[in-house]
Amino acid sequence: MTSIRIDGRDCPTRTGINLLQACLEAGENLPYFCWHPELGAVGACRQCAIRQFSGPDDKAGRIVMACMTPVSDNALISIDDAEARDFRAGVIEWLMVNHPHDCPVCEEGGECHLQDMTVMSGHNLRRYRFTKRTHRNQDLGPFVKHEMNRCIACYRCVRFYRDYAGGDDLAAFASHDHVYFGRAEDGVLQNAFSGNLAEICPTGVFTDKPFSATYSRKWDMRGAPSVCVHCAVGCNTIVNAREETLRRVLNRYHADINRYVLCDRGRFGHGFVNAPTRIRTPLCLMAGQQVALPLTEALEHFTRMAAQGTVGGIASPRAALESCFSLRALVGEARFSTGQTQLEQDCVQLAHTLLAKHPGALPTLHDMESADAVLVLGEDVCATAPRLGLSLRQSVRQASFHDADAARVPRWMDGAVRTLGAQSPSGLFVITPAPTDLDTVAAQSVRAVPDDIARLGFAIAHLIDPAAPAVADLTEADAALAQRVATALMAAQAPLVVSGMQYGAPALMQAAASIAAALARRVPRPGLSLIVPECNSMGLAMLGGVSLEAMLEMARAGELTTLVIVENDITRRLPPSDVAELVALVPNIVVIDHTATPLCRQADLVLPATTFSECSGTLVNLEGRAQRFFQVVFPAAPIQESWRWVQALARSMESGAEHNATSPADLPHTAWHLTDWQDLDDVLADLALAFPALAGAASAAPGADYRMNGQKLRSQTYRASGRTVIRSHISVHDRPPPASPDTPFSSSMEGAYGPDMPAPLVPGYQVPSWNSVQALNRFQQEIGGRLRGGAAGVRLFPPSDDGEARAYPYSTDIPPPFTPAADHTVLVLPQPCLFGSEELSMLSPPVAARAAPPMLRAAPRMAAFDRAILHLDDRPHSLPVSPLAGLPEGVVLCPTHRVMRAFRFPVRARLEGPHGTGEPS
Amino acid sequence: MLDTLRTVFLTFLHSFHRRATVQYPEQQPYLPPRYRGRIILSRDPDGAERCVACNLCAVACPVDCISLQKTEADGRWYPQYFRINFSRCIFCGFCEEACPTYAIQLTPDFEMSEYARPNLVYEKEDLLISGVGKYPDYSFYHVTGIPIPGKDRGASERERPPVDLHSLLP
Repeated sequence: MTSIRIDGRDCPTRTGINLLQACLEAGENLPYFCWHPELGAVGACRQCAIRQFSGPDDKAGRIVMACMTPVSDNALISIDDAEARDFRAGVIEWLMVNHPHDCPVCEEGGECHLQDMTVMSGHNLRRYRFTKRTHRNQDLGPFVKHEMNRCIACYRCVRFYRDYAGGDDLAAFASHDHVYFGRAEDGVLQNAFSGNLAEICPTGVFTDKPFSATYSRKWDMRGAPSVCVHCAVGCNTIVNAREETLRRVLNRYHADINRYVLCDRGRFGHGFVNAPTRIRTPLCLMAGQQVALPLTEALEHFTRMAAQGTVGGIASPRAALESCFSLRALVGEARFSTGQTQLEQDCVQLAHTLLAKHPGALPTLHDMESADAVLVLGEDVCATAPRLGLSLRQSVRQASFHDADAARVPRWMDGAVRTLGAQSPSGLFVITPAPTDLDTVAAQSVRAVPDDIARLGFAIAHLIDPAAPAVADLTEADAALAQRVATALMAAQAPLVVSGMQYGAPALMQAAASIAAALARRVPRPGLSLIVPECNSMGLAMLGGVSLEAMLEMARAGELTTLVIVENDITRRLPPSDVAELVALVPNIVVIDHTATPLCRQADLVLPATTFSECSGTLVNLEGRAQRFFQVVFPAAPIQESWRWVQALARSMESGAEHNATSPADLPHTAWHLTDWQDLDDVLADLALAFPALAGAASAAPGADYRMNGQKLRSQTYRASGRTVIRSHISVHDRPPPASPDTPFSSSMEGAYGPDMPAPLVPGYQVPSWNSVQALNRFQQEIGGRLRGGAAGVRLFPPSDDGEARAYPYSTDIPPPFTPAADHTVLVLPQPCLFGSEELSMLSPPVAARAAPPMLRAAPRMAAFDRAILHLDDRPHSLPVSPLAGLPEGVVLCPTHRVMRAFRFPVRARLEGPHGTGEPS
Repeated sequence: MLDTLRTVFLTFLHSFHRRATVQYPEQQPYLPPRYRGRIILSRDPDGAERCVACNLCAVACPVDCISLQKTEADGRWYPQYFRINFSRCIFCGFCEEACPTYAIQLTPDFEMSEYARPNLVYEKEDLLISGVGKYPDYSFYHVTGIPIPGKDRGASERERPPVDLHSLLP
């Protein structure tokens, strides 16, 4: 800690940052453009000029760029200095010379950093009377809109896109006044983080294209803190809505998880909420047709179903913890399924077990950025957990940071550090069957079959700790690779091993955990991260339940007459024959879901549930962090939360049983107080009683009774418009604003709001003079650090008791090496795609537009034909084949869920040439 | 007694005063062109809608009686719906002042009595007139950098033609 004097005011600050950051942390309004907390400083825009004095006797001082000047002890600076003000006013006037007269028709208007900075600098009259330069725009695909006239050439976009996110199809072209940021030619931006350009760009050059179609100004939208539901990372988001429709998803800063960046699947995958596939009324199957019916009739229908016999329940890893728990309370432990296949469930359980007993650290995404050696073992993290992949990409810079420290260059001096680190070695090793986006920055990337990767992993573990089991018959090349990786991991201060269950291979996760545990004997806290597939997979693993196959067995035994399926499309998990059998065996199938899935068409009763934007709930991410998402949209009447539907079912079962005048013992099994729950906090209180391991979920965010300064928190801005007219075409009479019993938010503009509000409850960022997302600086304790409102979410895994040396029970289950089958079958490996594999985001039109058509990939010798016929469980599929160098023989990669709906784990299948004759080899 | 006579006298004198009563509606009062009455949406000199759905009128409105939704066609922004609840409007003129395109204007018409409040909710088709209103020459799309059909990029007022990125000239 040190102190600097800004305009005669002493401000405590810290060393290792620049003066711009220090001024902003001290609450000063100092305009800037090119600096970004995550991208560092390059001094490109010259906007943050201040005067620095060399000592108390120095009356003249000199103008410096605050972002390029490190904080020194007792530095004397002046922001208010007349010459510095003139300098800044001059710079903004130059920047504005070519800026078009676009603000009314610009999506950035009202949350524009350039607008804020122009007002802050006092430039309010254009003196320039000559012509403006113009640019032609490019079509950059379904996510990002391009309007180059508005550019002020701060270079943030290319620095983010190329340097930070690793893209290579956006660049700066031409020179001087003509400088242009775009692609070499029109086309879709390929990087998985292109949507962040809308937030990174300080003005309206890059804007959110899907949002533009349902545009509303920032001040008009209601906001709520939310959590992304499109993968298991659990990135924090802000959901914006107006007129009870979801308009957009923005990044919400979480110091440990997503920080400033969100992947495109998370940002644009919300379209399923407003898609025509939404279910908005209860549906009942009558004579092969699904007919809408009123709520009361639907519940009476269920009462009749429940009276016929026992009720079973299938939950879902994409449903909130509360929904799954309520279902378990309804049907009881024995007939509650997690809604996963046995293999999926075993893998998630194993991930949970391995993480819980890991002797080292379970790093957050932010911790991963400072790992100095990373091993990715058999998981395409850039497709299954994209934001985590981006963190791993940042970890590659550790060597250049160490070089910079040695050269005494501050780490935030981005240009210098990147030049210095251009030749720094990478500490990232990627061993996967399919190529990943990380290959370009990896020290070595190796293609192998999952079993061989697992063997390699066990060999690495053995090299690090001889107590770990050795692998027999390792090839020479593999042994050399294992040695290289082991040496790199052992030399590291903060090594990290990442694996996952993408290939349904428990051995891979065992191997990764073995390596991490072996490292724990050498370095204090080696990291282990295991990726699970869906947003609440980990929460469901902690809840427990039987698999889908076990439910099918129960149905075969005639033990189920009614099956309640909550937010789960089991056609994505079970082969069509099994689904057909289950539907045939169970007389009554009740589906509670928000989206009309193929399963809904076969259900006897469909009940409309809420999506993440319409209810509040808790999700547990892959690192075991329970996080709350909050309601922002108030849907029309029959739509309600899944747990409220389950509660309604329980009540109708009770009333049915009482009506039949049976003894109390015959009443349906409703454990805990399912029918007495009033709000979300009641559900969570019972959840904590039933599952002590999940007790932390209740404190993931303040409850509905939380008040700040005696008030609820407002979810609208103080200047939301149209209050007295927005409904007047329906009725001119005022209605009270809608209210939710589950959240501490008021749905109107009345309530408390401020930078100190609890971190899980920030509905949006705005402070006086800062209307853009850059207002976030004011919500942080220190820029890039924790939020002033504390941490968001609760980690449910107990901290490991490090320091205590215990014998780690290494797995000895080493798979045999892979050998191509002799019977003309190939091993079909699942290839998840960033766009296309995830269920809900594919219902969002922009994401669906980005999904590439399904294609097989095989070793070049096997890809002799352009097309091939793959005989999967359901039927033969004719697919284009593209060669992939490095892939072993006897293996093909097939996109998950796109060819056969239930295909997600490796299978052996027959592959034929295009006409069904001859082998493709 | 004297007081009564005085009152009668004063009342009598009033019959020689100028009449204050206006015979409305037979006799229409004069209202200046800038009188703040019923709100309209105007068109630009080319006959296209001036409103670009920027939402500034809505946010300026102190009684929040304006609501609209942006939509887009051929690069032009325009309101999908534009609704004013005149039963709430206080005719302050802030919306006109906020409007960056001179689209929303107040007119010298105040005759808006209705028996039913819903009749005072005006939609876009009720608000949009076919003329330019008080500003005969202004067209926002001739000034802004956004190209529209008939006006290519770089063809707005005070703009140079688009930069040729392949040129090597300084």
